[in-house]
Amino acid sequence: MSTDALLSVANLTASVDEKTILHNVNLNVRAGETHVLMGPNGAGKSTMGHVIMGDPVYTVNEGTITFDGADITELSCDKRSRAGLFLSFQAPVEIPGVPLSSFLRATIAGRPGLEMKGKEFRRRVKELAAQLDMDTAYLNRELGVGFSGGEKKKVEMLQLLLLQPKLAILDETDSGLDVDALSVVSRGMDAYRASCDGSLVIITHNTRILEHLTVDRVHVMVGGRIVREDDASLIPWIDEHGFESFEREAAGTADER
Amino acid sequence: MAKQRTEVADIDRSLYDFRYDEEGFERLDAGLTPEIVTEISQRKDEPQWMLDFRLKSLEIYNRMPNPTWGPSIAGLDMDHIVTYVKPNTDQKADWDSVPDDIKNTFERLGIPEAERSYLAGVGAQYDSELVYHNMQDTASKMGIVYSGIEEALHEPKWEAIIREKFMTLIPPTDHKFAALHGAVWSGGSFVYVPKGVKLDFPLQSYFRLNAAGAGQFEHTLIIVEDDADLHFIEGCSAPKYNVANLHAGAVELFVGKRAHLRYSTIENWSKNMYNLNTKRARCDEEGEIEWISGSFGSHVGYLYPMSVLAGRKSKSSFTGITFAGAGQNLDTGCKVVLGAPETTATVETKGISKGGGIQTFRSSIVATPAAEGSAATVSCQSLMLDDESRSDTIPSMDIRAKNVDIGHEATIGRIGDDKIFYLMSRGISEEEARTMIVNGFANPVSKELPLEYAVEMNNLIKLEMEGAIG
Repeated sequence: MSTDALLSVANLTASVDEKTILHNVNLNVRAGETHVLMGPNGAGKSTMGHVIMGDPVYTVNEGTITFDGADITELSCDKRSRAGLFLSFQAPVEIPGVPLSSFLRATIAGRPGLEMKGKEFRRRVKELAAQLDMDTAYLNRELGVGFSGGEKKKVEMLQLLLLQPKLAILDETDSGLDVDALSVVSRGMDAYRASCDGSLVIITHNTRILEHLTVDRVHVMVGGRIVREDDASLIPWIDEHGFESFEREAAGTADER
Repeated sequence: MAKQRTEVADIDRSLYDFRYDEEGFERLDAGLTPEIVTEISQRKDEPQWMLDFRLKSLEIYNRMPNPTWGPSIAGLDMDHIVTYVKPNTDQKADWDSVPDDIKNTFERLGIPEAERSYLAGVGAQYDSELVYHNMQDTASKMGIVYSGIEEALHEPKWEAIIREKFMTLIPPTDHKFAALHGAVWSGGSFVYVPKGVKLDFPLQSYFRLNAAGAGQFEHTLIIVEDDADLHFIEGCSAPKYNVANLHAGAVELFVGKRAHLRYSTIENWSKNMYNLNTKRARCDEEGEIEWISGSFGSHVGYLYPMSVLAGRKSKSSFTGITFAGAGQNLDTGCKVVLGAPETTATVETKGISKGGGIQTFRSSIVATPAAEGSAATVSCQSLMLDDESRSDTIPSMDIRAKNVDIGHEATIGRIGDDKIFYLMSRGISEEEARTMIVNGFANPVSKELPLEYAVEMNNLIKLEMEGAIG
């Protein structure tokens, strides 16, 4: 285990409604690195993202999560956010009656170096919206209400760029997007890396979004366990062969027990 | 018991002094008498017809039973009702006796020092009176009458109009508290907008009340003549504190042909109050009434503004929010009578319950046989903030006309954990996240309010939400 990791997940076991989803998972991400967490549907990838972020739906039964030198296993998710963690949601929620701009304003309130005055804030948000090909009219609309899948993902990217976290977990940010939206998301990731050299953990089950990225490490998850870790060369291999061999292997391991 | 005695002992005796004999004392203890009602009327130097009206109302009041279909009003001390009806009210409250939570709320809402005393029921008149007079001047230049209803009763011209309209929309036979109101009403506003006059700023009764020192049995009578337009705002969001705990006001609104009236209220009585208020509007041809209603205060509330759509193509819209916290049982809603062809009504309400509070939405839509071609939609959304709170929806529809289109939808829900997690994952605290969601839920109402009221309402929700976690 590398001691200089920004994020270190050690021997993590987590459950929901007394059903164990994650089994003894380890993950180490250094500052500035890009990791990919891959695996078939239902492997526990999203759960992993949510548990790292501190979703109270899940119970951590064993193990620790360390971020930026501090044990955050017991920390509430708002404090994890303020410590520099970010999770882009696969299905962002809708909050009727709350304008997107007011919400964005609340996310940066009280954050040293990020809190801005009204005018400056509006300029910054407009700038980011333009960067993401987002109509600024959205800023006055109710958060998520009536937004298409692509628009919701753009809003997630906008927050990523506004908050400039030290580490961002992108949970299936690419799923269900058309080619144009996909390129916007890619641009968002590039802009994030360029602006603050933040770390990325990209959760995905297809490799398309990774084409333009320099990936440091690939983790394959099956049945709530990390079954394989390798460098970026694993990506084209998975592209060709899929996850079947990992799934067979995992099933075999389970049988042996 | 000891406490009640203290309350009785504390009241100003001046009203009863003239009959300060054993016999009179007995009657006072027993409740309202014709003598007391007569005394109220005489003190106000009212015309005979009004005294007769009061006495008739008193008879009805004594005859009628308490309502049993809504929240319990058993805690209402009706035996000492005379405590509440004393004219020239001198509540004997002092600043020290105002509960701390109310003082704190004034502080947090940013209510100016001088107005706090008024709202706490211990003060008299302040600089806001100036605002009231300015408002009155501007309005009167346009031919609008905006005065105390008791003052208007002393002008022969307005007396005739008041006599014609007074308690015709809300007859004393309507319910026990309407009868009580008819017997002991005191203070309130009279507004008359002549034909075709459109006022482009809202009249606010808050200042009116301030100047008149009225409050608990106030009668509001508004007449908007044909083609005229008025926005009237009643109350303010600071808690009004009274020693006595019954509010039984009445609001009667007459909307002429093609006229428009918007009536906005934020009610926030202190949380010992039984708010048994009655509000009604009648619209002539193509006339339109808009109700904006926020109910936050009171221990028990019965409040169902009613629109009688009497003219062809007249319209009613009701937008309301009710927030019931710990110890509150608020039964609110709206009634509409579609009484002419091609009338339309919309009812959109939001209900919030928290800390064991009970919030009930009650609606009634009646389409008379004359209502052919009319349409009404009723929508109610309720939000329960915890497991101990309660929200109910009780819609009623009585359709006696052909070709009417009536729709009703109701949803009752909780704040989704996924929404809280999402907001918190962006660094927003749990309390802030809940407040944000509740404010968003209330937004359809607050956006209808003038800015300063909308801000106050949001502050109020924020106050109510504080300490909601845990």
